[in-house]
Amino acid sequence: MGSWIWWTILGMAIVTYIPRAVPLTFLEGRELPPAIQNVLRNIPYAVLGALIFPAIFFIQDNIWYGIIGAAAAFGIAITGANVMIVVLGSIAVLAVYSLFI
Amino acid sequence: MDQRGFSAGLKAGFSIAIGYFPIALTFGLLAKTTGLSLWEATAMSIFVFAGAAQYISLSLITAGVAPAVIILNTFIVNIRHFLMTASLNEKMQPDARWKKALYAFGITDESFSVLAIQKGENLRTSFAAGVITISYGSWVLFTAVGHLIGANLPEFLQAAMSIALYAMFVGLLMPSMRGNRKVVSLAAIAALLNSLFYFTGWLSTGWAILVSTLASAVIIELIASKGGKS
Repeated sequence: MGSWIWWTILGMAIVTYIPRAVPLTFLEGRELPPAIQNVLRNIPYAVLGALIFPAIFFIQDNIWYGIIGAAAAFGIAITGANVMIVVLGSIAVLAVYSLFI
Repeated sequence: MDQRGFSAGLKAGFSIAIGYFPIALTFGLLAKTTGLSLWEATAMSIFVFAGAAQYISLSLITAGVAPAVIILNTFIVNIRHFLMTASLNEKMQPDARWKKALYAFGITDESFSVLAIQKGENLRTSFAAGVITISYGSWVLFTAVGHLIGANLPEFLQAAMSIALYAMFVGLLMPSMRGNRKVVSLAAIAALLNSLFYFTGWLSTGWAILVSTLASAVIIELIASKGGKS
């Protein structure tokens, strides 16, 4: 690759950094209206819903990986297990599954 | 204020590091087949640190797309982070702007999720630094390893590990959903909207996540305030 790849990386780095840094620095020390604060407090749970669905079903071309993986993750999480157990347990379930197909 | 510091952050971020491992390894490998040198591939992970955008850039490079278009595309994919860091700002301890500018670099979908879902209020900057350090370390290290070894994990392990980040999101969300209808509704509406955008193809992934998240957060807030409950 030529020098253009380095300019591309630089450009990508800048435009990725802007949405990360502007709110955290600009909003420092500013009190937002309560309604906006409430919406922002809702964001984490909504983001997780959108990050999980529907992508969790499409982790592999074979849809069964997604279905079994999702069932394992929810099944383990509902017992109240901590995040690390949910992650390792889901991987283990899928590893066993893939050895059988 | 939440008292946990750097080492607690490392621990909280460990599941991200596990989830990044197979993705970074594959990125390093794909970057090599795309024609990027070890330095170019690793530099992209060092300076950009954004999984989805980096993967897309490889396919655009292969397609011979102009750098300006690749950069614009990267921006569009990452616009959703405006929303996440605005939300995260409510959760973090007040601190010097230069420190916040520094750790802002490490906010990804995953580090945001881990930080935003913590029980305590006013998380310490050092806690965020811990979460980010271990995530970033895994991303950069395994990008280089993937390029160097030029091979992937055994297929069964690669396939099994592709659930890791989603399992982490599930594990983060579940405890908050317990007996909390508001949290369940927030996640469910965003999930439904995002699925709608996905299957209809109305919006690309980056926009779909942004719009469905914001819409869900606003709708639930309107319902909650109308009901007179906070």
